[in-house]
Amino acid sequence: MSDVNIETVRPSVWRKMRGNTGALIGGTLLAVIILIALLAPLIAPHDPIAQDLTRRLLPPFWHDRSVPEHLLGTDHLGRDYLSRMIYGARVSLGVGLGVILVSGTIGITLGLIAGYFGGWIDLVISFAITTRLSLPIVLVALAAVALGGASLTTLITVLGLLLWDRFAVVTRAAAQSLRHQEFIEGLRAIGASRTRILFLEILPNMRATILVVVSLEVANVILLEAALSFLGLGVRPPTPSWGLMISEGRDNILFDPWLIALPGSALCLLVLAVNLFGDGMRDITGPARK
Amino acid sequence: MLSFISKRLLVALLVCLTVSALSFGLMFVSGDPAIAIAGSGGRAEDAEAIRVAYGFDRPLVVQYLDWIGSALTGNLGQSIYFNVPVTEIIGNRAGVTLTLGFISFLVALVIAVPLGVAAALRPNGWIDRLALVIAVSGQAIPSFWLGLMAIVVFGVWYGWVPISGADTWQGYILPVIVLSYYAIPELMRITRSGMIDVLATDYVRAAKAKGLPMHLVISRHALRNAVLPLVSLSAVQLGQLLSGSIVIESVFALNGLGRLAWESLLRSDLPVVQAIILILSLLYVVLTTLADILNAVLDPRLRGGS
Repeated sequence: MSDVNIETVRPSVWRKMRGNTGALIGGTLLAVIILIALLAPLIAPHDPIAQDLTRRLLPPFWHDRSVPEHLLGTDHLGRDYLSRMIYGARVSLGVGLGVILVSGTIGITLGLIAGYFGGWIDLVISFAITTRLSLPIVLVALAAVALGGASLTTLITVLGLLLWDRFAVVTRAAAQSLRHQEFIEGLRAIGASRTRILFLEILPNMRATILVVVSLEVANVILLEAALSFLGLGVRPPTPSWGLMISEGRDNILFDPWLIALPGSALCLLVLAVNLFGDGMRDITGPARK
Repeated sequence: MLSFISKRLLVALLVCLTVSALSFGLMFVSGDPAIAIAGSGGRAEDAEAIRVAYGFDRPLVVQYLDWIGSALTGNLGQSIYFNVPVTEIIGNRAGVTLTLGFISFLVALVIAVPLGVAAALRPNGWIDRLALVIAVSGQAIPSFWLGLMAIVVFGVWYGWVPISGADTWQGYILPVIVLSYYAIPELMRITRSGMIDVLATDYVRAAKAKGLPMHLVISRHALRNAVLPLVSLSAVQLGQLLSGSIVIESVFALNGLGRLAWESLLRSDLPVVQAIILILSLLYVVLTTLADILNAVLDPRLRGGS
């Protein structure tokens, strides 16, 4: 199904993508993880938060003591690990997407305005970017989540309000270079409104650039969510987040290291997929890479 | 040159002021800090007493000016939990974070720069491919997880290194490896791309054409120009290592600033959190400003522009 979509949108991109192994592997892997997340209720063998204290810490299938109903074993509360892993993909991708929506909107708007108008507006927005960059992000996010009351909504809002800098930097530069292009000058001459020029002409022209930033930032957000949840100030139990699972498995690290090995590997795989896909897209759509 | 530096310093000062206002404002994110300190189940009288004792009943601007004023004289307030000056607690803990941050940064630099140069000399050669694998994996592996796995393998299974604490220098081995692995990819990428650009310039080709040995071409001509972007990135990375060590400190049970900030957050000791955020931000501003000035010294072309 995706063949048809992509062919009609940008034939050249799809053709080039076939030649780019990284983008292909990353894209496929990402698609699989997204599918798993979407179909979680259908494919998860158990309820991810249902506890069974009589079957605690069952090992995964490669151990002798494993049981077939729990392919990847159970955690310290007897919850099915495979189901938690599957639902964990939802949390990672959901937070990634939610944060990008907030941070992307803020960053792209600021960047567009700064790059297009220049002058003192640019000075103010650039100053905001510099200030944002100097804040220790993990610490500020931790503090804001702790004070704002840890919940998924707070987490997404806080990260969204903090991580707009890369979007702003990149869109600002792109808007600066597009501002003096002939077709924009032409539109200005025929009296097109600023809003139209900014959002209907300049913005669509930076699609490719923005897509690359989205991939970088999604990876960044997924890692941050995991780190915050690991520190106990991100996603709240019993929601299955991979970072939280690593933190919960930490007490049993001596005898059951698979408890942290599994969700960690899932995290690596997802971030790797996003990065490979993003890097590939940069090679395909962007100007010659350094 | 002087006008560039003074302009840069003015921006730095403004950023510092804004950052200080932000970390001050953090106290009020939750609404009423007095209730945050008293605990949500606390009595109203307790909250009121705290409000008066900490001066929360005064106008915000007055509180901010008071806070920043005493911060300038080296007084960052009292810790609510320990009831001793914040600067004292921070002074006890800063050493671990600074040691960890600087050593990790040096290790990362010592590995990333030669690897980046070697990768640039023969693009698509085996070193370049190795560098790519290191970069791609380094960016995908969460550092706290890498730390935990390293503890399992080298601390528990093999018993080569202590699994937590920094009482001996061996306690720093794993945290340094993990943190530098996190910093290597970007440093290496920028060295590599900088080198590739420089190697393609006319003056490098001229130097090669006149028969200068390759190591001299690199050390005398190419590297000097390739490191320009590296200087700015180094400042950013060092700043990130210092502030990002919070997760690593908690994994390895190192008593540094990051762990202190985390513990303080869990016990609502906000003055400590504020102070650490302020200090780390100021450190970042100082580092990036120094890098900009250093860049201007190294590259005269940068001095003219804003």
